Amino acid sequence: MNILSMMSNLSGMKRKRNTSKQAEGVLVALMLITLFASLRYDAFLSEYNIMTFLSYNSMFILIGLGMCFVIMTGGIDLSVGSVVALSSVVVAHASPYGIEVALPVGILVGVLAGAINAFVITKLKIVPFIATLAMMLGARGMALVLSDNQSVQVSWDSNFTQFGLGKMFDFIPWPIVAMLVAFVFCWILLEKFAFGRHVLSIGGNEEASKLMGLEVNKTLFGVYILSGALAGLSGVMLASGFGAGQPLEGLGWELSAIAAVVVGGTLLTGGLGSITSTLLGAILLGLIFNILNFENGLGTISFSAYWQSVIRGGFLLVVVVIQAKVINSKMRRTEF
Amino acid sequence: MNHSYPTEAQQGASLSSTLSNDGDLVLHMKGIHKHFAGVPALSDAELKIKAGEVHAIIGQNGAGKSTLIKVLNGAHKHDEGDIYFMGEEVSYASPHKAQMAGISTIFQEVNLIGYRSITENICLGHEPKRFGMVDWRKAHAHARETLARFGLELDVEQPLSTFNIAIQQLVAIARAVALDARIVIMDEPTSSLDEREKEVLFRVIKELKASGVAILYVSHHLDELFQICDEITVMRDGKTVGQRAIGDMTKLDMVAAMLGKDPEEIARGGATNFASTGRASDQVLLSVENLEGAGALKNVSFDLYKSEILGLAGLLGSGRSEVARAIFGLDSDLKKGEVFLEGEKMDFTDPMAAIEKGFGFCSEDRKEDGIIPQLSVRENLTLVLLPKISKYGLIDESKERQLVTDFIQRLGIKTASMEQPISQLSGGNQQKVLLARWLVTNPNILILDEPTRGIDVGAKGEIQSLIRRLADDGLTVLMISSEFEELVEGADRVIVLQDGHSIQALANDQLTENAIMKAIAQETRHPVA
Amino acid sequence: MNSSTLAESPKPKVPTVGTKIASQIKNNGALWAFFLLLVINILITPNFLQIQTLYVNLTQVATVAIVAIGMTLVIASGGIDLSVGALMALAGTVAPMIFLSDFGVANPELGLFVAIVVAISAAGIAGLFNGFLISKYKIQPIIATLILFISGRGIAQVLTNGELQTFDNPSFEFIGTGRVFGVPVQAWITLVLALSIAWVLKRSIYGRFLLAVGGNEKAAELAGVPATKVKLMTYMVCGLLAGIAGIITTAINSASDANQTGQLMELDAISAAIVGGVLLTGGRLPSLVRF
Repeated sequence: MNILSMMSNLSGMKRKRNTSKQAEGVLVALMLITLFASLRYDAFLSEYNIMTFLSYNSMFILIGLGMCFVIMTGGIDLSVGSVVALSSVVVAHASPYGIEVALPVGILVGVLAGAINAFVITKLKIVPFIATLAMMLGARGMALVLSDNQSVQVSWDSNFTQFGLGKMFDFIPWPIVAMLVAFVFCWILLEKFAFGRHVLSIGGNEEASKLMGLEVNKTLFGVYILSGALAGLSGVMLASGFGAGQPLEGLGWELSAIAAVVVGGTLLTGGLGSITSTLLGAILLGLIFNILNFENGLGTISFSAYWQSVIRGGFLLVVVVIQAKVINSKMRRTEF
Repeated sequence: MNHSYPTEAQQGASLSSTLSNDGDLVLHMKGIHKHFAGVPALSDAELKIKAGEVHAIIGQNGAGKSTLIKVLNGAHKHDEGDIYFMGEEVSYASPHKAQMAGISTIFQEVNLIGYRSITENICLGHEPKRFGMVDWRKAHAHARETLARFGLELDVEQPLSTFNIAIQQLVAIARAVALDARIVIMDEPTSSLDEREKEVLFRVIKELKASGVAILYVSHHLDELFQICDEITVMRDGKTVGQRAIGDMTKLDMVAAMLGKDPEEIARGGATNFASTGRASDQVLLSVENLEGAGALKNVSFDLYKSEILGLAGLLGSGRSEVARAIFGLDSDLKKGEVFLEGEKMDFTDPMAAIEKGFGFCSEDRKEDGIIPQLSVRENLTLVLLPKISKYGLIDESKERQLVTDFIQRLGIKTASMEQPISQLSGGNQQKVLLARWLVTNPNILILDEPTRGIDVGAKGEIQSLIRRLADDGLTVLMISSEFEELVEGADRVIVLQDGHSIQALANDQLTENAIMKAIAQETRHPVA
Repeated sequence: MNSSTLAESPKPKVPTVGTKIASQIKNNGALWAFFLLLVINILITPNFLQIQTLYVNLTQVATVAIVAIGMTLVIASGGIDLSVGALMALAGTVAPMIFLSDFGVANPELGLFVAIVVAISAAGIAGLFNGFLISKYKIQPIIATLILFISGRGIAQVLTNGELQTFDNPSFEFIGTGRVFGVPVQAWITLVLALSIAWVLKRSIYGRFLLAVGGNEKAAELAGVPATKVKLMTYMVCGLLAGIAGIITTAINSASDANQTGQLMELDAISAAIVGGVLLTGGRLPSLVRF
C-alpha cells in the first residue's frame, strides 16, 4: 500500500480560488448592466458618455486600488477622502508652477500622510482603524487651515488644468490615462512582484509571515504609502478637473472605496483579493449614478438626486447578500 | 528512596559514551540561563545535538523545553550561556535570522498562510526572481522538487488551506529544507495527526535524517519517541537532568526522569488510577441510529449506557468529532439518522436545545471553541449555567460566587482568584474550568472531544481520574480520543469508527490497543449489533 | 503515579507590575489613539479650543454620549456600526413629519407621542436590519452597516426631498432645550440611559452574553449562548439610541435637517465609545475588531 498516494488523495479536496469566481461575478453583473443601459439609452455607449464617466470615476478607482492593497493586509485606511481634499488644496496653491510641479507635490502629500499612518500603525501599534481615523481628522483639519475654510482657485495661466480637462492625443482624457497606468502598476505589483505576495501573506497570517522572515513593517509602510499616493494623485485630478482645491470634498469617499473593494470580492479580513475586480467593482458602483442620470434624462420617471444614495445602498445590499450566501455555502464543512 | 534519575555516575557515563567526540556536534548549548521578570525559566540548561540525529527533549510543562527552543531559534534572548552552532558561537535576534542561518522551527499549530499556494508558502521571502519580478515557473518547479524529496506529488499552485493538516505540516518541513536547514525543530508535530499521517511524517523525518539534518523533537507522546528518536534529553525545573541514547531507556525511565521519581516506585504504584472498573449499567441512555451526513458520516450507530464511559476511536477523518457535533446539534446538515434519549427522539438544531436536555460538550479545540479569553474564571465557569441562576434576566451573583468557589475547590483549579482572566491559566486548569462549566449544570451526558490534548502529564492524569470519578457518580460520558492508550485505560467500552461507519464495539478483555488498531485496519465493515 | 504527585507545579501567572503596565498600554491602544486625535485636533483644527467651539461641543455632548453608549455595546459584541449618523437623520426627520401632519395637528398630544415612538422605532428597526445582516448572513459589520450609512440618510432625504422642516412645537423642543431642576432635559435622558445600561451590562445575563459573544463567538455559541439574538438585540439597541439622539438634535434645532443631522456622528461615537466603553465594560472590549 502506498501511503503517500493515499495522502495525496486525501488532500485532493480542491476548491477554486474564491477571488477569480468573484471577479467573474462582477464582470457578468457589469456586462448585464451595460447591455441593459446600452439598449435603453441611446447615448450610453457614446464616446462622450464613456469618457466623461471614466474620467470622473478615475478618482474613485484610484482610491479603490489603494484601499484594495490596504484591505488585503487586513487593515483599513479611513484617511483617503481627507487626503484627497488636502492634496487638492496643496496642489491648487502649487498650480501656478504647472502640472510638472503640482503632480509630484500632490502625490508627495499623499505619500507623507500614508507614511504617518504606517508609522502610527507599525511603531505605535495602534490599530489601522483608529490610526487612519486620526489621520482622517488631521488631514481634513490641515486642508481647512491651508485653504482658510474656502475652496482655493487654481491658476488657469499654467498648464495645470490641462491634466484634469485635457486629452492625450486629443482622445483619451488624462485622468483616464493616469488611472490606467495606476491600474497596470498595481496589477503588476500584486501579481508579479514579491511585494504583492507579501501583502497577501501578511493579511493571511501576520504571525506566520513574521516567522517566515517577511519584513512586515516595511510591507505595511509600502501599502499605506501607496494608498496615500493614489489618494494624492486623486486630489490632483480633483483640483485640476474642477478648477479648485476643495477642502470639504472627499467626505465619505473612503467608505465608497471600501464598498468598491468589497463588491470586487476582496475579503475585509485580508489575505485574498484582486486588483481587476476592484476596478470592476468601482466601475459598477459608479454606473448606478450614470444610469440614474440617463433615467432622469428619459423623463418617464424623475428621481431626485437623493434616490441615488438609496439605490446605491440597495445595490450594495444585494451584492453583499449574494456574496454572503456564496461564501457561507462554501465555508461549510471546509474546515478539517 | 532511590536517587532521582539519572545518578551522577549514570549521567557521566552517558555523556561520555554518546558525546565522545565533540567535533561531531552540530549544536551545543551550554550553561543557558533565562529569567522572566525575575523568575528563572532556565538555569544551567544544556543541549548537544549531532548532525543527522533525531534528538528528543522531554519534560513536564514548565520544565523549560519551550523556553530552551525559543532561546535557540531566536525568539528569546538568553541571559547567560553559550550556543555553538556548527562550531561557531551564535545568538539570533529573531526566528527569521535563525531560519536563514539554518535553524528552522515547525510549530505545533502549522504557522503558514492558508490562502496562499504551496509554492508561495515554500518560497516566501526568498522567491526566485527575474528582472525583479517573481519567476513563478521556477518557483513552482522548486516547490515540486522539494516535495518530491519526500515522495509527495501535489498541485503546488493550490492554496495551502485546501490540503489537510498533515500535508500543511509537510509543507512547513519542505520550507525548512528549501532554506537548507541544518537543524529542524519540531514542537509537538503529531498532535493533530492520525496514525496514518504520523507514519508519513516519520518517513519524512527519516529522509531528513539520512541527508544529515538534525532534528530536535518535542512531544508529550512518549511512545513516538521510541519509533524515531536516537537521543533523549530530559529537562526538569529549567535544568537539563540528563541525556541518553533511547535504547538505554524504558518508558518508565522517561516518566520517572521527568517527574524526578524513582522508576520502581512508579511501577509499584501503577501508572494511573484511570483504569476501567468495567462497570456499565444495562440501561440505554442514548441511542444513535444510522447517522449520515455532516461531511464525514456514512452510517454510525451505537448505544450509550447510563453512567458508562464510552470511547470513540478512529483515525482523523473517520467521523469521530462529527458524531459528537451532530449529537450536540452543531451540524444541522445531517442527511439521515436519529438520536434517541431514553427512547425519546431528539432533533437538536442548535446547542441550546441539547443543553436543555442535559447534554454537555467540550470541544477538542480549547482555544477556539472553549475559553472566552478576556472573561474571568468565574464568568467562564458559569456561562452555560447562567439562565438557571437568573431571574427576570438578572444574575443571582451570590449564588454564582458560591457555586464557583465550590467547583474551583472540587476540581482543584489553580487560579489566583475567581476573577483572574481564564487566559492566564495553564492549559490543564483552563480545561478544568471548561469541564466545570458543564458539570455545574449537572448534565446527564457529557461529550468530551480530546479532553487531555496538549495538557502536560500531571494535569492529564488529574483530568482522567476526574472523569472516572464522575462516571462512578452516575455521569454518562462519551469520550473521543486519538490516543488509543487513553481509551483503553479510561473507557468501559469503545466504538471504533472507520471512514464514517461504526464498525465495532470493544469491551472488557477485547479492549486493547491492538484490538482497536486491528479494527481500524480491517477491510470489511459491519454495523454494531 | 497518583494524581497528587503529578499535579503540575502551582504557577498561576501572577502579573508583575511591569507586565501589567505593558499590557495596559497594549490593551488600551485606543485610549492613546484618542489622545492622539485630541492633540492633532488642537494643533490643526482652527478654533478647536475656543470658547465657541467648546459651547458647541457641550451641546453635542449629550447626543454623542447617547450614541456612544450604543456603539460601546456594538463594539463589545465584536462589531462596529457606521450607520448611527444616518439613523439619527432618519429619526430626526420622521418625528416632525408626524407631528406636523394633519393627524398630528389635530391631536397634538397623541401626535407628539406617536411621532416620538414611531421615529425611535424606525431607527430601532433599521438597527435590527443591521443585526440581521450581521448575524444571519454573517456579513462583516463594517460592510453591513455601510449599507444604511449610504442609504439611511438617503431615505430621510427622499422623505423630505432634502428640505429643512422647521416647526414651532414647545413640547417637542422641551426635549432639546428644556430644563428640569435646572439641568437640561437631554442631560437627564443621557444620565438615565447611561446608568441603566451600565447596570444592565453588569448585572444581567444579556450583559454577560454580550461580552462572551464579543470575546469568542464560537465558544459562546457552543456553551448555549444565543449569539444571534444577542447581536440582533445589540444592534437594535444601538439603533434605538441613535434614534433618541436624532430626536434630541432635531428638538434642539427646532428643525429637522436630513442632510446635516448626525453627520460624522459615527466617528465621534466610535472615538467616545473606545474611551468611555472601557469604563462601561470593565476594560473588556475586544481590541476593536481587526481593522
